Amino acid sequence: MNKVYANATEALDGLLFDGMFIAAGGFGLCGIPELLLQAIKDAGTKDLTFASNNAGVDDFGIGILLQTRQVKKMISSYVGENAEFMRQYLSGELELEFNPQGTLAERMRAGGAGIPGFYTKTGVGTVIAEGKEHKEFNGETYILEEGIFADLAIIKAWKADDTGNLIFRKTARNFNVPAATCGKICVAEVEEIVPRGSLDPDCIHLPGIYVHRIIQGEHEKRIEQRTTRKREEA
Amino acid sequence: MPWDRNQMAARAAEELEDGMYVNLGIGIPTLVANYVGDKDITLQSENGMLGMGPFPYEGEEDPDLINAGKQTITELARTAYFDSATSFAMIRGGKIAAAILGAMEVDEKGDLANWMIPGKLVKGMGGAMDLVAGVGRVIVVMDHTNKHGQSKVLRECTLPLTGKGVVDRIITNLGVLDVVEGGLKIVELADGVTEEEMRAATEATIVD
Repeated sequence: MNKVYANATEALDGLLFDGMFIAAGGFGLCGIPELLLQAIKDAGTKDLTFASNNAGVDDFGIGILLQTRQVKKMISSYVGENAEFMRQYLSGELELEFNPQGTLAERMRAGGAGIPGFYTKTGVGTVIAEGKEHKEFNGETYILEEGIFADLAIIKAWKADDTGNLIFRKTARNFNVPAATCGKICVAEVEEIVPRGSLDPDCIHLPGIYVHRIIQGEHEKRIEQRTTRKREEA
Repeated sequence: MPWDRNQMAARAAEELEDGMYVNLGIGIPTLVANYVGDKDITLQSENGMLGMGPFPYEGEEDPDLINAGKQTITELARTAYFDSATSFAMIRGGKIAAAILGAMEVDEKGDLANWMIPGKLVKGMGGAMDLVAGVGRVIVVMDHTNKHGQSKVLRECTLPLTGKGVVDRIITNLGVLDVVEGGLKIVELADGVTEEEMRAATEATIVD
């Protein structure tokens, strides 16, 4: 079993095809698989559907694949930071399916856990509920949402061992865990691959069973909104 | 004088009790954190954190540590991190005691609209629909009227809904209203605001 690859292009070799469905981790620009997204851009794979909470910004994250028109459809909860996204969406070039953020996370988790659908109160009485099965439980109305089963999951973690056990750092964990589980194949990019045995088995955030290929690389880790306080206020 | 943003935030902070886990929305709700005083409140950020701290000092920003508004923040001694599915499991599962959110419109049945205006740029609902459907208590903090002077407290919301029958309490620059059987009940008036002024600015049915 060798899960470690030299770079993002090699790690994606044989996995990409036009029209495929990719689940991507990250929240805003935090914890996004920036190296794998660049490699998908370089590969030129087209008509992609992405399940991803956000769509990046114009020149970073999924935004770089929008510039090259490689994305056909986004399944997201919030896309406000991307002008090119809005242009393509308003002109009808890009399909968009809004999912409430928790529904999107649970759709990924459910897909990864072999659960094809689940009922939730989120969105009842809103446009999100239109066309979906409604069902009463204990006097309350719920709607049916479906699990996500993606062809490929691409995620970013902090550290991995060579068996694919992963740990994340702070709020960069976000969608990376549920996204990883809902792909037929999961490719993870990490900041550091550490020797087997050096991660505490009690502190693994995502067990290696979910991770098929790993690369280590340098990450830009761009900050979307830099907010600070002054020392005097302390 | 009607309340200003900070007075509204201070009034909203009175809704919070010691030991509560709370989610604060963007805008005026964010200011509520400045007014919790000695109460032991744990703030949730739905991108995967309990125990949200203040903004970092300049030079100490960490790209791996942001809030749901994508702003750089800090952690506290009590902080716990988790993934997005876990985060919304605790929201949907009713573990978060309260959410304090902004709104474009609220109506007398507790319907809330705060995510889209048809014909304008639609950015998405983010976690708002999950929050209002899941948390114990939904408190809306907003101006009573829009910039044209029209009431935002309506008989029936005109904008696409974020949630139906989800709002418990409305705090505006004019005072505090509760969603009750048959309409809204005035709980409190801002200093110097009369009941007549409150009624005149409110389109929704006010019940005694």
